[in-house]
Amino acid sequence: MVKILVVEDSPTMRQLISFALKRLREAEITEAGDGVEGLKKLNADTFDLIITDINMPVMDGLKLISLVRRDVKYRNTPIMIITTEGGAEDRERALALGANAYITKPIQAGNVLDVAKSLLGLP
Amino acid sequence: MGEEKEDKSKALEKLVKSEEAEEILQMVNRGIVFTKEILGENERLRFRVIQLQEENNELLRQAERGKLRRRLEEELIRLEEEKQRLLEEYKRVEEQNREYAMRYVEVEEENNNLANLYVCSYQLHSTLEFKEVVQIIMEIIINLIGAEEFGIYLLDEKGRLLVPVAMEGKDLSSAPSFGLGEGTIGRCAQTGENYYAQDIEGTQQERPFEEPLVAIPLKIKEQVIGVIVLYKLLPQKTQFANVDYELFTLLAGHAATAIFSSRLYTEAQRKLNTIKGFMELLTH
Repeated sequence: MVKILVVEDSPTMRQLISFALKRLREAEITEAGDGVEGLKKLNADTFDLIITDINMPVMDGLKLISLVRRDVKYRNTPIMIITTEGGAEDRERALALGANAYITKPIQAGNVLDVAKSLLGLP
Repeated sequence: MGEEKEDKSKALEKLVKSEEAEEILQMVNRGIVFTKEILGENERLRFRVIQLQEENNELLRQAERGKLRRRLEEELIRLEEEKQRLLEEYKRVEEQNREYAMRYVEVEEENNNLANLYVCSYQLHSTLEFKEVVQIIMEIIINLIGAEEFGIYLLDEKGRLLVPVAMEGKDLSSAPSFGLGEGTIGRCAQTGENYYAQDIEGTQQERPFEEPLVAIPLKIKEQVIGVIVLYKLLPQKTQFANVDYELFTLLAGHAATAIFSSRLYTEAQRKLNTIKGFMELLTH
Protein backbone atom coordinates (compact mmCIF):
# COMPACT_ATOMS: atom_id res chain seq x y z
CA MET A 1 0.00 0.00 0.00
CA VAL A 2 1.45 3.39 -1.00
CA LYS A 3 0.17 6.63 0.49
CA ILE A 4 0.10 9.69 -1.71
CA LEU A 5 -0.71 13.25 -0.75
CA VAL A 6 -2.04 15.59 -3.47
CA VAL A 7 -1.80 19.28 -2.58
CA GLU A 8 -3.64 21.38 -5.15
CA ASP A 9 -6.05 24.31 -4.83
CA SER A 10 -8.03 23.45 -7.97
CA PRO A 11 -10.68 20.76 -7.31
CA THR A 12 -10.62 19.89 -11.01
CA MET A 13 -6.89 19.19 -10.90
CA ARG A 14 -7.15 17.33 -7.60
CA GLN A 15 -9.79 15.08 -9.08
CA LEU A 16 -7.84 14.52 -12.29
CA ILE A 17 -4.61 13.67 -10.41
CA SER A 18 -6.45 11.36 -8.02
CA PHE A 19 -8.25 9.78 -10.95
CA ALA A 20 -4.90 9.10 -12.65
CA LEU A 21 -3.35 7.67 -9.48
CA LYS A 22 -6.27 5.30 -8.91
CA ARG A 23 -4.70 3.09 -11.55
CA LEU A 24 -1.89 2.34 -9.09
CA ARG A 25 -2.68 -0.85 -7.25
CA GLU A 26 -3.28 -0.35 -3.57
CA ALA A 27 -2.73 3.39 -3.46
CA GLU A 28 -4.33 5.54 -0.79
CA ILE A 29 -4.74 9.10 -1.99
CA THR A 30 -5.24 12.04 0.36
CA GLU A 31 -6.10 15.51 -0.91
CA ALA A 32 -5.31 18.96 0.45
CA GLY A 33 -6.39 22.35 -0.90
CA ASP A 34 -3.28 24.38 0.05
CA GLY A 35 0.16 24.16 1.64
CA VAL A 36 -1.03 24.57 5.23
CA GLU A 37 -3.65 21.86 4.92
CA GLY A 38 -1.04 19.70 3.19
CA LEU A 39 1.43 20.22 6.02
CA LYS A 40 -1.19 19.24 8.60
CA LYS A 41 -1.92 16.02 6.75
CA LEU A 42 1.80 15.30 6.35
CA ASN A 43 2.26 15.62 10.12
CA ALA A 44 -0.77 13.48 10.89
CA ASP A 45 0.31 10.58 8.69
CA THR A 46 3.29 9.27 6.72
CA PHE A 47 3.21 9.49 2.95
CA ASP A 48 5.30 7.75 0.27
CA LEU A 49 4.83 10.44 -2.38
CA ILE A 50 3.88 14.12 -2.27
CA ILE A 51 2.37 15.83 -5.31
CA THR A 52 1.97 19.58 -5.09
CA ASP A 53 1.10 22.63 -7.13
CA ILE A 54 3.23 25.79 -6.78
CA ASN A 55 0.69 28.60 -6.97
CA MET A 56 -1.73 28.09 -4.11
CA PRO A 57 -3.39 30.35 -1.57
CA VAL A 58 -2.31 30.46 2.12
CA MET A 59 0.97 28.61 1.51
CA ASP A 60 2.52 27.94 -1.89
CA GLY A 61 4.13 24.71 -3.03
CA LEU A 62 7.75 25.95 -2.78
CA LYS A 63 7.30 26.93 0.86
CA LEU A 64 5.68 23.58 1.50
CA ILE A 65 8.63 21.72 -0.06
CA SER A 66 11.19 23.67 1.98
CA LEU A 67 9.30 22.84 5.20
CA VAL A 68 8.80 19.21 4.24
CA ARG A 69 12.53 18.72 3.55
CA ARG A 70 13.38 19.99 7.05
CA ASP A 71 11.35 17.15 8.52
CA VAL A 72 13.51 14.03 8.99
CA LYS A 73 10.48 11.86 8.22
CA TYR A 74 10.21 13.32 4.70
CA ARG A 75 13.87 14.01 3.92
CA ASN A 76 13.92 11.31 1.22
CA THR A 77 10.25 11.19 0.25
CA PRO A 78 9.79 11.87 -3.48
CA ILE A 79 8.04 15.13 -4.34
CA MET A 80 6.38 15.80 -7.69
CA ILE A 81 5.42 19.32 -8.73
CA ILE A 82 2.56 19.97 -11.15
CA THR A 83 2.37 23.62 -12.14
CA THR A 84 1.57 26.13 -14.85
CA GLU A 85 5.01 27.72 -14.31
CA GLY A 86 7.02 26.41 -17.24
CA GLY A 87 10.08 28.63 -16.90
CA ALA A 88 13.55 27.15 -16.41
CA GLU A 89 14.14 29.31 -13.32
CA ASP A 90 11.01 28.01 -11.60
CA ARG A 91 12.01 24.46 -12.38
CA GLU A 92 15.56 24.92 -11.10
CA ARG A 93 14.33 26.60 -7.93
CA ALA A 94 11.86 23.82 -7.19
CA LEU A 95 14.44 21.10 -7.84
CA ALA A 96 17.00 22.95 -5.69
CA LEU A 97 14.50 23.03 -2.83
CA GLY A 98 14.15 19.27 -3.02
CA ALA A 99 11.52 18.42 -5.64
CA ASN A 100 12.22 15.22 -7.57
CA ALA A 101 9.99 15.75 -10.61
CA TYR A 102 8.55 18.82 -12.29
CA ILE A 103 5.54 18.56 -14.60
CA THR A 104 3.96 21.53 -16.32
CA LYS A 105 0.26 21.98 -17.02
CA PRO A 106 -1.73 21.09 -19.02
CA ILE A 107 -1.26 17.54 -17.85
CA GLN A 108 -2.16 14.12 -19.16
CA ALA A 109 -3.35 11.59 -16.58
CA GLY A 110 -1.04 8.94 -18.05
CA ASN A 111 2.00 11.18 -17.69
CA VAL A 112 1.27 11.84 -14.00
CA LEU A 113 0.84 8.11 -13.44
CA ASP A 114 4.14 7.27 -15.20
CA VAL A 115 6.11 9.83 -13.17
CA ALA A 116 4.45 8.69 -9.93
CA LYS A 117 5.37 5.06 -10.69
CA SER A 118 8.92 6.07 -11.47
CA LEU A 119 9.28 8.04 -8.23
CA LEU A 120 7.78 5.20 -6.20
CA GLY A 121 9.99 2.66 -7.96
CA LEU A 122 6.96 0.72 -9.19
CA PRO A 123 7.00 -1.30 -12.43
CA MET B 1 62.24 -118.26 -60.58
CA GLY B 2 65.34 -116.20 -60.98
CA GLU B 3 65.24 -116.40 -64.65
CA GLU B 4 61.60 -115.33 -64.75
CA LYS B 5 62.30 -112.12 -62.67
CA GLU B 6 65.16 -111.25 -64.89
CA ASP B 7 62.96 -111.57 -67.93
CA LYS B 8 60.35 -109.24 -66.46
CA SER B 9 62.83 -106.52 -65.61
CA LYS B 10 64.31 -106.72 -69.02
CA ALA B 11 60.83 -106.36 -70.47
CA LEU B 12 60.11 -103.40 -68.26
CA GLU B 13 63.29 -101.78 -69.16
CA LYS B 14 62.35 -102.18 -72.74
CA LEU B 15 58.99 -100.66 -72.08
CA VAL B 16 60.44 -97.65 -70.27
CA LYS B 17 62.68 -96.99 -72.98
CA SER B 18 59.97 -97.25 -75.51
CA GLU B 19 58.32 -94.17 -77.13
CA GLU B 20 55.01 -94.85 -75.53
CA ALA B 21 56.50 -94.39 -72.19
CA GLU B 22 57.88 -91.10 -73.30
CA GLU B 23 54.51 -89.93 -74.48
CA ILE B 24 52.90 -90.96 -71.22
CA LEU B 25 55.52 -89.07 -69.32
CA GLN B 26 54.92 -85.98 -71.43
CA MET B 27 51.21 -86.28 -70.88
CA VAL B 28 51.75 -86.55 -67.12
CA ASN B 29 54.02 -83.46 -67.23
CA ARG B 30 51.43 -81.47 -69.22
CA GLY B 31 48.84 -82.61 -66.70
CA ILE B 32 51.04 -81.25 -63.91
CA VAL B 33 51.52 -77.93 -65.73
CA PHE B 34 47.80 -77.70 -66.53
CA THR B 35 46.90 -78.45 -62.94
CA LYS B 36 49.30 -75.71 -61.79
CA GLU B 37 47.76 -73.29 -64.25
CA ILE B 38 44.27 -74.20 -63.04
CA LEU B 39 45.37 -73.71 -59.46
CA GLY B 40 46.90 -70.32 -60.39
CA GLU B 41 43.75 -69.33 -62.26
CA ASN B 42 41.69 -70.45 -59.30
CA GLU B 43 43.82 -68.32 -56.99
CA ARG B 44 43.46 -65.32 -59.30
CA LEU B 45 39.70 -65.81 -59.56
CA ARG B 46 39.36 -66.08 -55.80
CA PHE B 47 41.30 -62.84 -55.48
CA ARG B 48 39.06 -61.31 -58.11
CA VAL B 49 35.96 -62.50 -56.25
CA ILE B 50 37.25 -60.83 -53.08
CA GLN B 51 37.95 -57.65 -55.07
CA LEU B 52 34.48 -57.72 -56.57
CA GLN B 53 32.95 -58.31 -53.16
CA GLU B 54 34.83 -55.30 -51.82
CA GLU B 55 33.75 -53.24 -54.84
CA ASN B 56 30.22 -54.43 -54.31
CA ASN B 57 30.39 -53.48 -50.64
CA GLU B 58 31.79 -50.09 -51.59
CA LEU B 59 28.98 -49.60 -54.11
CA LEU B 60 26.47 -50.60 -51.47
CA ARG B 61 28.02 -48.14 -49.05
CA GLN B 62 27.92 -45.45 -51.70
CA ALA B 63 24.29 -46.25 -52.37
CA GLU B 64 23.62 -46.03 -48.67
CA ARG B 65 25.45 -42.72 -48.53
CA GLY B 66 23.44 -41.51 -51.52
CA LYS B 67 20.23 -42.45 -49.77
CA LEU B 68 21.45 -40.75 -46.62
CA ARG B 69 22.42 -37.70 -48.59
CA ARG B 70 19.05 -37.62 -50.29
CA ARG B 71 17.39 -37.97 -46.91
CA LEU B 72 19.56 -35.21 -45.51
CA GLU B 73 18.80 -33.04 -48.51
CA GLU B 74 15.11 -33.66 -48.05
CA GLU B 75 15.47 -32.92 -44.35
CA LEU B 76 17.37 -29.75 -45.22
CA ILE B 77 14.59 -28.66 -47.57
CA ARG B 78 12.02 -29.43 -44.90
CA LEU B 79 13.98 -27.50 -42.31
CA GLU B 80 14.45 -24.64 -44.75
CA GLU B 81 10.68 -24.54 -45.29
CA GLU B 82 10.13 -24.76 -41.54
CA LYS B 83 12.58 -21.91 -41.03
CA GLN B 84 10.79 -19.88 -43.69
CA ARG B 85 7.45 -20.62 -42.07
CA LEU B 86 8.79 -19.66 -38.65
CA LEU B 87 10.29 -16.46 -40.06
CA GLU B 88 6.96 -15.57 -41.59
CA GLU B 89 5.24 -16.43 -38.31
CA TYR B 90 7.78 -14.30 -36.46
CA LYS B 91 7.16 -11.41 -38.85
CA ARG B 92 3.43 -11.83 -38.40
CA VAL B 93 3.75 -11.90 -34.60
CA GLU B 94 6.11 -8.93 -34.71
CA GLU B 95 3.64 -7.04 -36.86
CA GLN B 96 0.87 -8.03 -34.47
CA ASN B 97 3.00 -6.85 -31.53
CA ARG B 98 3.61 -3.53 -33.25
CA GLU B 99 -0.09 -3.24 -33.91
CA TYR B 100 -0.89 -4.08 -30.28
CA ALA B 101 1.71 -1.56 -29.08
CA MET B 102 0.15 1.10 -31.30
CA ARG B 103 -3.31 0.12 -30.13
CA TYR B 104 -2.08 0.28 -26.54
CA VAL B 105 -0.73 3.80 -27.09
CA GLU B 106 -4.01 4.79 -28.75
CA VAL B 107 -6.06 3.25 -25.94
CA GLU B 108 -3.82 4.90 -23.37
CA GLU B 109 -4.23 8.26 -25.12
CA GLU B 110 -7.96 7.73 -25.35
CA ASN B 111 -7.99 6.78 -21.69
CA ASN B 112 -6.16 9.99 -20.80
CA ASN B 113 -8.55 12.01 -22.91
CA LEU B 114 -11.55 10.33 -21.35
CA ALA B 115 -10.13 10.99 -17.88
CA ASN B 116 -9.82 14.69 -18.73
CA LEU B 117 -13.30 14.81 -20.25
CA TYR B 118 -14.84 12.86 -17.36
CA VAL B 119 -13.29 15.16 -14.76
CA CYS B 120 -14.36 18.26 -16.69
CA SER B 121 -17.90 17.01 -17.08
CA TYR B 122 -18.05 15.93 -13.43
CA GLN B 123 -16.75 19.28 -12.19
CA LEU B 124 -18.95 21.37 -14.48
CA HIS B 125 -22.07 19.73 -13.11
CA SER B 126 -20.89 19.54 -9.50
CA THR B 127 -22.44 22.86 -8.50
CA LEU B 128 -25.36 25.16 -9.26
CA GLU B 129 -23.61 28.31 -8.06
CA PHE B 130 -22.93 30.56 -11.03
CA LYS B 131 -19.63 31.88 -9.66
CA GLU B 132 -18.39 28.36 -8.96
CA VAL B 133 -19.35 27.19 -12.45
CA VAL B 134 -17.42 30.08 -13.96
CA GLN B 135 -14.47 29.27 -11.68
CA ILE B 136 -14.53 25.63 -12.79
CA ILE B 137 -14.57 26.65 -16.46
CA MET B 138 -11.57 28.89 -15.80
CA GLU B 139 -9.74 26.05 -14.04
CA ILE B 140 -10.40 23.70 -16.92
CA ILE B 141 -9.10 26.21 -19.43
CA ILE B 142 -5.92 26.89 -17.42
CA ASN B 143 -5.15 23.39 -16.23
CA LEU B 144 -6.38 21.15 -19.00
CA ILE B 145 -6.17 23.31 -22.12
CA GLY B 146 -3.17 25.34 -20.99
CA ALA B 147 -4.32 28.88 -21.70
CA GLU B 148 -2.68 31.86 -20.02
CA GLU B 149 -5.00 34.64 -21.20
CA PHE B 150 -8.66 33.98 -21.84
CA GLY B 151 -12.16 35.09 -20.97
CA ILE B 152 -15.82 34.17 -20.87
CA TYR B 153 -18.45 36.30 -22.61
CA LEU B 154 -22.15 35.73 -22.05
CA LEU B 155 -25.08 37.09 -24.04
CA ASP B 156 -27.22 39.57 -22.15
CA GLU B 157 -30.89 38.94 -21.44
CA LYS B 158 -31.93 40.42 -24.77
CA GLY B 159 -29.43 38.18 -26.54
CA ARG B 160 -27.85 41.02 -28.46
CA LEU B 161 -24.71 41.85 -26.56
CA LEU B 162 -21.81 39.64 -25.45
CA VAL B 163 -20.71 40.83 -22.03
CA PRO B 164 -17.40 39.71 -20.44
CA VAL B 165 -18.08 37.94 -17.13
CA ALA B 166 -14.63 36.52 -16.37
CA MET B 167 -11.12 37.20 -17.58
CA GLU B 168 -7.78 35.55 -16.77
CA GLY B 169 -4.46 37.22 -17.60
CA LYS B 170 -6.29 40.28 -18.91
CA ASP B 171 -8.11 43.10 -17.14
CA LEU B 172 -11.83 42.32 -16.95
CA SER B 173 -12.79 45.95 -16.44
CA SER B 174 -11.14 46.97 -19.70
CA ALA B 175 -12.65 44.10 -21.71
CA PRO B 176 -15.20 45.43 -24.21
CA SER B 177 -18.63 43.97 -24.95
CA PHE B 178 -19.38 42.80 -28.48
CA GLY B 179 -22.63 43.00 -30.36
CA LEU B 180 -23.99 39.82 -31.94
CA GLY B 181 -22.17 39.48 -35.27
CA GLU B 182 -19.61 42.12 -34.34
CA GLY B 183 -16.02 41.11 -34.97
CA THR B 184 -14.64 37.60 -34.57
CA ILE B 185 -16.29 37.03 -31.18
CA GLY B 186 -19.66 38.42 -32.23
CA ARG B 187 -19.62 36.35 -35.43
CA CYS B 188 -18.74 33.23 -33.44
CA ALA B 189 -21.81 33.78 -31.25
CA GLN B 190 -23.99 34.52 -34.29
CA THR B 191 -22.92 31.52 -36.39
CA GLY B 192 -22.39 29.10 -33.50
CA GLU B 193 -19.16 27.92 -35.10
CA ASN B 194 -15.77 27.53 -33.45
CA TYR B 195 -13.10 30.01 -34.52
CA TYR B 196 -9.38 29.17 -34.66
CA ALA B 197 -6.80 31.76 -35.70
CA GLN B 198 -4.82 30.82 -38.82
CA ASP B 199 -1.40 30.95 -37.18
CA ILE B 200 -1.12 28.80 -34.10
CA GLU B 201 2.56 29.88 -34.14
CA GLY B 202 1.50 33.15 -32.65
CA THR B 203 0.20 31.65 -29.43
CA GLN B 204 2.67 33.66 -27.35
CA GLN B 205 2.01 37.06 -28.82
CA GLU B 206 -0.18 39.58 -27.07
CA ARG B 207 -3.58 39.84 -28.70
CA PRO B 208 -6.16 42.58 -28.36
CA PHE B 209 -9.60 41.67 -27.04
CA GLU B 210 -11.15 41.64 -30.50
CA GLU B 211 -8.54 39.31 -32.03
CA PRO B 212 -8.71 36.02 -30.16
CA LEU B 213 -6.67 32.92 -30.82
CA VAL B 214 -9.70 30.70 -30.33
CA ALA B 215 -13.40 31.41 -29.82
CA ILE B 216 -15.76 28.64 -28.74
CA PRO B 217 -19.49 29.32 -28.68
CA LEU B 218 -21.33 28.05 -25.60
CA LYS B 219 -24.38 26.30 -27.02
CA ILE B 220 -27.45 24.55 -25.68
CA LYS B 221 -28.53 22.63 -28.76
CA GLU B 222 -28.39 25.40 -31.36
CA GLN B 223 -28.93 28.31 -28.98
CA VAL B 224 -25.73 30.23 -28.23
CA ILE B 225 -25.56 31.69 -24.73
CA GLY B 226 -21.99 32.96 -24.77
CA VAL B 227 -18.44 32.51 -26.02
CA ILE B 228 -15.22 31.26 -24.44
CA VAL B 229 -12.32 33.25 -25.85
CA LEU B 230 -8.62 32.26 -25.69
CA TYR B 231 -5.99 34.93 -26.30
CA LYS B 232 -2.73 33.34 -25.30
CA LEU B 233 -1.48 29.88 -24.36
CA LEU B 234 1.04 28.95 -21.66
CA PRO B 235 4.67 29.11 -22.91
CA GLN B 236 5.00 25.32 -22.74
CA LYS B 237 1.80 24.84 -24.75
CA THR B 238 2.98 25.17 -28.34
CA GLN B 239 0.08 23.56 -30.17
CA PHE B 240 -3.35 22.05 -29.68
CA ALA B 241 -3.72 18.32 -29.21
CA ASN B 242 -6.72 16.22 -30.21
CA VAL B 243 -7.96 16.24 -26.64
CA ASP B 244 -8.07 20.05 -26.71
CA TYR B 245 -10.60 20.00 -29.55
CA GLU B 246 -12.58 17.38 -27.59
CA LEU B 247 -12.44 19.68 -24.57
CA PHE B 248 -13.61 22.61 -26.69
CA THR B 249 -16.57 20.51 -27.85
CA LEU B 250 -17.28 19.43 -24.27
CA LEU B 251 -17.05 22.99 -23.00
CA ALA B 252 -19.30 24.22 -25.79
CA GLY B 253 -22.09 21.95 -24.57
CA HIS B 254 -21.52 21.15 -20.91
CA ALA B 255 -20.25 24.56 -19.84
CA ALA B 256 -23.25 26.13 -21.54
CA THR B 257 -25.77 23.92 -19.73
CA ALA B 258 -23.88 24.36 -16.45
CA ILE B 259 -23.94 28.16 -16.83
CA PHE B 260 -27.57 28.14 -17.93
CA SER B 261 -28.64 25.88 -15.04
CA SER B 262 -26.72 27.90 -12.47
CA ARG B 263 -28.24 31.13 -13.78
CA LEU B 264 -31.72 29.63 -13.56
CA TYR B 265 -30.97 28.34 -10.09
CA THR B 266 -29.60 31.69 -8.96
CA GLU B 267 -32.62 33.44 -10.41
CA ALA B 268 -34.97 30.94 -8.76
CA GLN B 269 -33.16 31.36 -5.46
CA ARG B 270 -33.40 35.13 -5.75
CA LYS B 271 -37.12 34.94 -6.49
CA LEU B 272 -37.64 32.45 -3.69
CA ASN B 273 -35.86 34.74 -1.27
CA THR B 274 -37.99 37.67 -2.46
CA ILE B 275 -41.18 35.64 -1.98
CA LYS B 276 -39.98 34.44 1.41
CA GLY B 277 -39.23 38.02 2.44
CA PHE B 278 -42.61 39.12 1.16
CA MET B 279 -44.35 36.29 3.03
CA GLU B 280 -42.49 37.19 6.21
CA LEU B 281 -43.65 40.78 5.81
CA LEU B 282 -47.24 39.62 5.40
CA THR B 283 -47.17 37.24 8.37
CA HIS B 284 -45.53 39.64 10.82
